[in-house]
Amino acid sequence: MKDAFIAFQRCGKHYGSHVVLEKLNASVQEGEFVTMVGTSGCGKSTFLKMLLGTETQTTGKLLFNGQPIVAEPSEDRGVVFQKYSVFPHLSVRDNVALGREFAESPLLGKLFGQKRRQALAEADQWLEAVGLAAARDKYPHELSGGMQQRLAIAQALIKHPKVLLLDEPFGALDPGIRKDMHALILKLWKENNLTIFMVTHDLQEAFYLGTRLWVFDWPQHEAQDSDQHGATITFDLPIEQRDELQASDLEFPENESPVLMEVA
Amino acid sequence: MKRIINLRPSRPLAVALGIVPFILILMLYSWGSDLRKAENERDKLLPSFTEIQKAVDRMAFTPSKRTGEYLLWQDTKSSLKRLLLGIVIAAMVGLVVGVLTGAIPLAGSHLGALTTVVSMVPPLALLPILFIVFGLGEVSKVVLIVIGITPFLIRDLDQRTRELPQEQLVKAQTLGGSSWQIILRVVLPQVMPRLMDAIRLSLGAAWLFLIAAEAIAATDGLGYRIFLVRRYLAMDVILPYVMWITTLAFLLDWSLIRVSKMIFPWYHTAK
Ligand SMILES: Nc1ncnc2c1ncn2[C@@H]1O[C@H](COP(=O)(O)OP(=O)(O)O)[C@@H](O)[C@H]1O
Ligand SMILES: [Mg+2]
Repeated sequence: MKDAFIAFQRCGKHYGSHVVLEKLNASVQEGEFVTMVGTSGCGKSTFLKMLLGTETQTTGKLLFNGQPIVAEPSEDRGVVFQKYSVFPHLSVRDNVALGREFAESPLLGKLFGQKRRQALAEADQWLEAVGLAAARDKYPHELSGGMQQRLAIAQALIKHPKVLLLDEPFGALDPGIRKDMHALILKLWKENNLTIFMVTHDLQEAFYLGTRLWVFDWPQHEAQDSDQHGATITFDLPIEQRDELQASDLEFPENESPVLMEVA
Repeated sequence: MKRIINLRPSRPLAVALGIVPFILILMLYSWGSDLRKAENERDKLLPSFTEIQKAVDRMAFTPSKRTGEYLLWQDTKSSLKRLLLGIVIAAMVGLVVGVLTGAIPLAGSHLGALTTVVSMVPPLALLPILFIVFGLGEVSKVVLIVIGITPFLIRDLDQRTRELPQEQLVKAQTLGGSSWQIILRVVLPQVMPRLMDAIRLSLGAAWLFLIAAEAIAATDGLGYRIFLVRRYLAMDVILPYVMWITTLAFLLDWSLIRVSKMIFPWYHTAK
């Protein structure tokens, strides 16, 4: 077996005496699309933050390409949050071009003339890819929620990250728009060789998008005093390719899903 | 019948309701002035409108016999120069320090305590010290304004900087931004319209410190003039001066918000 791209080895996270996550063991290969579900407050965002580098694990190891992960956000890990991921003071184009400006202008973080035109042209390509070309001169507050998330994705992808971290990125969107976003994220994932970790509270979405589904929960016998015991990945389900399948084909009430039944 | 808390005045009615109090005050004043004049023709407390008009003409449109200057304009120029200089310096210091303490935790924890203590010192109590250190000239008046409003600006901008969504700062880091680049491209531009808000809030205090400093030691300025003519009970000069100062304060506030809306449309429409 080849070395894991990302590996959690008996990883845990505590805040003081509050154990949020513990005994995380998992390895992920390049190109996987991991979807994560679990009750609210069980530590999914905390898990993403460890991957992102804004939180450091308290115990165990977190390896990225065999090395301890850099405990600070960096260009190889892009991120899209549920909201506030875009910059309100920059136009759509400038939001996307910012990543290039940071790279090419260390002192001012701003490009001028020919270099700026090149950065904007590259930004336009990414806006085209996420279907935002027509809105490139608008400001984020003029965009709908779905368009803002498209922008946040384009903004991240201009840096060609290896990993994309998504924390309930479509949680605030209408169902119809969410379907378009599913098609978009699958397309971008394939085209750009991304490894995606995505938290969602929509199990259908998790099944439809992922190649692998993780359920975060407290192991049953420890559920009583959950402050002393953290949640962990209680279920790791590979999902075979379901290209032709629509999300709506997987219809079952949230609480009666086969996975959660098995876990319970 | 709707509840009274749900009744809204129509536009013309709202305008009329807004004007009525002013007219009432003018009428009251004129009535009071007439009453006092009837009793004593040389009463100075409530000068008649003609007297006020003469005073305005003397101060604003006739060159002074002594200096050949138009006093009102001379006073306005001196006062505005001090006020604007003080505000600009305070704004720059407030912006730089506030953004640094707000964006850099290492800077914040140290300077925080200092600005908290400094902002407790009543600035007017420092005025004698300023006069001793900087003399009675322009510098101490400007410094008083700066000292008076900078602590507020620092604390406000520090707070506004901290209020920027953490998600944005994380996102900027994943886009490869260095601390400096992020402060320059993400934090600073978003704090600028908030600086305009903070300046508007501190305008009242700035005027207070300006007039206080001019009252105590100056040779011209709006504050100097009204305290000077107070000795002769010259209400006919003081009243139009106060109205003029009010107008200036209003115009300053109004132009700040106009400019802010022009330069930062994303800030005002997104709210
Ligand atoms: N910075 C923090 N300090 C203390 N506790 C925290 C912090 N961040 C998260 N937690 C706690 O960790 C738990 C998991 O939070 P989170 O990862 O946001 O859950 P989820 O995303 O699954 O809803 C919660 O109980 C939360 O209160
Ligand atoms: Mg969460």
